[in-house]
Amino acid sequence: MKLINSGKSGKSGNSGKSVILHVLVIILLFILQFILPEYHHLIVTRVMILAIFAMGFNVLFGYTGLLSLGHALFFATGLYAAGLTVYHFEWHVVQAFVFAIFVGAAVSAVVGFISLHTTNGARTGGVAFMIVTLMFAQLLYLATIYFAPWTRGDEGLILPASARSFDFAGMHFNLINPTTRYFLAWGLLALSIMVVLKLVTSATGKALIAIRENPARTDMLGYNIFALKLYAVIISGTLSATAGAAYALLFSYIGSSFAGIQYSIDALLFTLLGGAGTVLGPLLGSFVMFYVIDIASDYTSAYHIVTGIILIVSVLFFRKGILGTIRDKWISWLP
Amino acid sequence: MDFVAAINLIETRNLGKIFGGLQAVKEVNFTLPQGEIRAIIGANGAGKTTFVSLISGRQSPTSGTIFFKGVDITSQPAWKRVRLGIAYTFQITSIYPSLSVYENVAIAARAPSSWQRPKQSPSKHPSNTLANDRRDDQIDSRVAEVLNRVGLNIDARRQAGQIAYGHQRLLEIAMGLALHPELLILDEPTQGLSSSEINRVSCLIQDLRATTTILLIEHNIAMVTALADTITVLDQGRILAEGSPHAIQNNPAVQAAYLGRSLPAMS
Repeated sequence: MKLINSGKSGKSGNSGKSVILHVLVIILLFILQFILPEYHHLIVTRVMILAIFAMGFNVLFGYTGLLSLGHALFFATGLYAAGLTVYHFEWHVVQAFVFAIFVGAAVSAVVGFISLHTTNGARTGGVAFMIVTLMFAQLLYLATIYFAPWTRGDEGLILPASARSFDFAGMHFNLINPTTRYFLAWGLLALSIMVVLKLVTSATGKALIAIRENPARTDMLGYNIFALKLYAVIISGTLSATAGAAYALLFSYIGSSFAGIQYSIDALLFTLLGGAGTVLGPLLGSFVMFYVIDIASDYTSAYHIVTGIILIVSVLFFRKGILGTIRDKWISWLP
Repeated sequence: MDFVAAINLIETRNLGKIFGGLQAVKEVNFTLPQGEIRAIIGANGAGKTTFVSLISGRQSPTSGTIFFKGVDITSQPAWKRVRLGIAYTFQITSIYPSLSVYENVAIAARAPSSWQRPKQSPSKHPSNTLANDRRDDQIDSRVAEVLNRVGLNIDARRQAGQIAYGHQRLLEIAMGLALHPELLILDEPTQGLSSSEINRVSCLIQDLRATTTILLIEHNIAMVTALADTITVLDQGRILAEGSPHAIQNNPAVQAAYLGRSLPAMS
């Protein structure tokens, strides 16, 4: 009986191939910065950070099968934790960044525990989980407006010049320099891709997929579904918070719109379009959607009509998104 | 405990389950010694599946207590019971249809409990690991061994949802076996199988008795009679009779419960 190289089992031969593919994508993104004109330089930098957010979302939605409608909560947690400490306490950029990641992890753990617990997440989850996460996100959004003396609400805060450059590990980083920003965003994205790839091909990642596919069966195989789902929320939320912190520090701005529902929906759209449950899907989806909006907005202010049409077409004809469809048809080993 | 000859793997005391107004299981006192093949029979709606669901932890009882190796497990969730060694195969096939046959069994083989089981009393907390990151070749050989044992000789790369129904039933059993359970609960394993596949499952159950205690719900009376050490007959949620296949066959109450006729396919 042939078990090696079996389709979706992620055996060593295929995991070698998938690592090579992901490394190639990372190298390609690195090379892009030398080719791209300045305008696209900035867009790609932004897209790479938002892609990390979408990849975090995808760990929960694409792999574990839990739809959160409030993922902007985690992104904004990282954004505000980094931005506020830099702005009010004049923290070092690196210190603020690391702090924001820890805050993101702590908030994910608490929100995850409450959401899963109140929605009986071990068995059902589903719609109740969507609503509870949405509520938590609205809570943070309203808090950013309520605490306007600290956050300046909708108007937001522009981070001080002192946060635009910093020294770390014997090197000087100038965040006004587009190349520095690109390089930092790229490094963070590369790390995130490898972390997610490692997670989803591990035994724990496969247990998450098992939960997505058949939770009742997975329960009866002795997996602790509550703990696994909580673990997925923490990884997912922490990645999203990391993206939020990087966004605040690289672009020197924090505002309550980042905590709004639009950002939660964006993560969902990027993931659906690129392919939920594929490592690179959210990255591809972020690129496509971002450029579609960019091009469409040259012609009309109602550019959301275009994104809407693209989504309808993708749901009708590519239900599994771009990479999900490619995996079904051609590359079955794509993780 | 050394002087006790046989350990009761499962014991229930006054076990009851009420759904709305319906009492599906009533004051059941049941013991299952280690090493036995026990069959549970009864008409449709007699409470067989509900009863084993209470043992596996898929349902929680309304009243009564369940012991596994002498330890009260009544309040333990299903996944903890699985880690203690109770495996359950579903009456309605419950596999991962979009994953490969290999991955279906591998998920079971990677389950936290399937390699080490606490040798001490089950009251100790089972391991808290999320999943078992065994080496791939160990998982491979466990999967191959189990698929071979249930006689599922098909391409393991195929999507489980695409294989024949009979093969899906065998896959369901394979997933239970990959857990290396101490107690394997088989809920109508032969439902929808061809006669050659039924023979295969019978041989498998016979073969498993050396290592595993088996609790079998089955409508195929000929198979039950041939395999079981003891038969428990449930009727309207109660134990109507219990005994050797021969004794059950000749039990007037059992015959009456089966619509006044002799048991089907027994003669």
